[in-house]
Amino acid sequence: MKKLISILLAASLLTMAGCKKDDDFLNIPPTQVIPQDLAFSDPALVLSIVGDLYNRQLDFSSFRNGWSSFTDFSESFPSENGSYYIVQRTGWDFGSWGVNWSGSYAYIRDLNLFIQRDSASTKLAPSDKARFMAEGRFLRANFYFELAKRIGGVPLILQPLVYDLKGDPTYLQYPRAKESDIYDFVISEAEAIKNSLPSDPSEKSRATKAAALAMEARAALYAGSIAKYGAKTPQVMLSGGEVGIAASKANDYYTRALAAAQEIISGQAGNYKLYKVLPNLSDNFAAIFLDKTSVNQETIFLEDYKVNSGKTHPFTTNDQPFSLSDEGYDAGRLNPSLNLVESFEKLDNTYAPLPTTDATGSQLFYSNVQDIFAGRDARLAGTVLLPGTVFKTGVVDIWAGYQLANGSIISSNDAVNLKPLPGSTTPVQVVGKDGPVSGLELRTQTGFYIRKWLDPTTGSGRRGRGSDVAFVRYRYAEVLLNAAEAAFELGRTDLAAGYMNLVRARAGLTTPLLPTDMSFDRIVHERRVELAFEGHVLYDMKRWRLANQIWDGTPTGLADLKANIGTANKRSTQPWGLWPYRYYDPGGPNDGKWVFKETLPGPVTGANLFLMGNYYSRIGDDVIAANPKIIRQPNQ
Amino acid sequence: MKNKFLFYILCVSMCGILSCKKDNYTPPSSQLNGALTYKGDTIRVEYNRVSFQLYQFGFGKVGPIGGTFSQNGTMNMVLFAGNYKFIIPNGQGPFFWKKTPAGDPDTLNISLAGSQNLNIEVMPYYMIRNAAFSGGGGTVKATCKVEKIITDANAKAIERVTLYINNTAFVSGANNVASASISGAAITDPNNISLSVAVPSGLGQNFVQARIGVKIAGVEALIFSPIMIVTY
Repeated sequence: MKKLISILLAASLLTMAGCKKDDDFLNIPPTQVIPQDLAFSDPALVLSIVGDLYNRQLDFSSFRNGWSSFTDFSESFPSENGSYYIVQRTGWDFGSWGVNWSGSYAYIRDLNLFIQRDSASTKLAPSDKARFMAEGRFLRANFYFELAKRIGGVPLILQPLVYDLKGDPTYLQYPRAKESDIYDFVISEAEAIKNSLPSDPSEKSRATKAAALAMEARAALYAGSIAKYGAKTPQVMLSGGEVGIAASKANDYYTRALAAAQEIISGQAGNYKLYKVLPNLSDNFAAIFLDKTSVNQETIFLEDYKVNSGKTHPFTTNDQPFSLSDEGYDAGRLNPSLNLVESFEKLDNTYAPLPTTDATGSQLFYSNVQDIFAGRDARLAGTVLLPGTVFKTGVVDIWAGYQLANGSIISSNDAVNLKPLPGSTTPVQVVGKDGPVSGLELRTQTGFYIRKWLDPTTGSGRRGRGSDVAFVRYRYAEVLLNAAEAAFELGRTDLAAGYMNLVRARAGLTTPLLPTDMSFDRIVHERRVELAFEGHVLYDMKRWRLANQIWDGTPTGLADLKANIGTANKRSTQPWGLWPYRYYDPGGPNDGKWVFKETLPGPVTGANLFLMGNYYSRIGDDVIAANPKIIRQPNQ
Repeated sequence: MKNKFLFYILCVSMCGILSCKKDNYTPPSSQLNGALTYKGDTIRVEYNRVSFQLYQFGFGKVGPIGGTFSQNGTMNMVLFAGNYKFIIPNGQGPFFWKKTPAGDPDTLNISLAGSQNLNIEVMPYYMIRNAAFSGGGGTVKATCKVEKIITDANAKAIERVTLYINNTAFVSGANNVASASISGAAITDPNNISLSVAVPSGLGQNFVQARIGVKIAGVEALIFSPIMIVTY
């Protein structure tokens, strides 16, 4: 009996404990998910959300996309067996440079949700709330800009879309906006948010007023040039305006671009200025991309990396000189081409090929391997590791072999394979440890290594450590060049020359260009050399409608290569190299001197061909099948 | 050991049984052979450059079956029997393809039941007539007549006429060892155009394959003559 009572008591206790507050019992806040109202109550939590959104931005060349995103377009040669297809193909697929459509719109949805939730939050301080809102809108506008560069007009979705689960998704199908609408959106967003963002040159990895204005200037400039130069390619247009912008809009866009750039230049977005810290101009130019401290007031917006934080990149590992590599057999992939190298001007503002022969065609001799590059734009040595340059602790060893007095060459297929020279039986090294040997991967095959972005920090070439050089998305020199181009297109050549001379003087070109010197060719040239390997070349050539002229599918001959340097529509379909040879003629006056030969690396068999259908990347059939309102790109 | 072996045998045989009989559709068997023609004359284009699209309706999602024409202006496709719509997208080919008033390419209806040969009649801007090639002394010479076909408001000028030679059977702007051009402005008599190109040394063969292409201003694709093997 007593036992029964105690059992009953226990049972009733249990039921009492288990019965009353079912709701409370089941309603346990999850520990791994932060609910929306909590997340948007604390600026630190919102920052972590916006940090994720920053990480998902899109770039053309970037460390996230790997070293090969810096190659192609004959500006460089890819020295890796698996990547020779880049120089062996005869053109690009229409889908090249496209985007992952659903991934892109998933990101846009997250941005829209972020903006919606931030504006609904009540617990954030007004200043925090406004700044986060502006950052979300900046990232959204910048992303739409990236989409427009690749595919023109896209559906402009500014609200998170919700499916009603009723089986008919047609109300979620949006047609493509006009190309000009996307650019207008980017410009108006930048204007709307710029005053909610800080004006602080030391804030580089988050959006600032200058970043918004730099985006606006670039977008307006792109739109202006598409409007103006699109007239050259009337077939690259769609009647609905999804691709192509009316020529009448060009001036408005250029005016907008100039005004936005001038707002940065006049200091209204913080004290930005060109980086002039190191006495050696080439070292100084290379350091723009290495210096992340507040001393660097040139970089405006960048994607930052940090060693030992989990966010590093292997750019230096992949592209360091072979003999100075921190990782055996991981090096030397990205080799700038002679096409790019020769386009750096001489200090008297003239263009000339690198002189390998005299007027009669006989070879020129140089006592030092670097003499051939003397008297050029300092950006050359700042962008490219030339033969004989010091990197980290050693000298880059680039030479293709010995040339004898009778013109024959003694070389080998690898620096470790020694050969005796004539009149001797002692085998010696007959080719540089860093190349070039045609078809030998991971060493240069053009005679040059990349210097821009290459990290000189000890250990930066190791796979495990990686490099934390930041990728610069917007910088002040580009703002100046944008202003120069917009001013030039508006007929204000005096202003254009002034802005461009600032950039050129920093590179050692101290003879200023006069307003009468300004030409379209100058604009094109200056962007090419200043912004090489920063992901601009494709979009610049697209918006100027030059791509189908310079990549016309005809192989680049030696005469082609050396002619018309500095001309905007100069053909550049194959990456050439410049190979140094040691001259071997014991007792002769030129023994031990250097001779050079322009050489097309052996793997280069294709020639770039840019078709009209390449101007705007293909939208996949799956996308069009899912949303029939999306119309196809022209010429595909 | 023995058990393991039996187990493998069992797995393999199960796979064999599963994949043997009824899980596959019969493959498509109707062959569509198309050729670009103008009044019975073949229109030749560059390999893998001029594209076409085939649509089959009635299966929910609509996406094209795409392909490109061969050098000889032909296309081959193995399809299921049914009704198809054939288009050549805007901006493709050295010829005029009819458009709807809205500016979309007009369709050609094809009902396919069994294999079929199809002449795709188009209006080229120009035709290359009487192309003749001769070789000798390290050069290849060619003569031809270029006839203007479209003379109304859609007419376009000749940008250039080019002689291409290659050491393989693919001869075009993208695939050649040498080429020689005459610009449209320099052509005095379109009935008698002659070109000559030096054959580069080191080809390792005593013949090249040659053909003439005409680039029409504002049209991306070239129209070509037949390919001829020329001994030099």
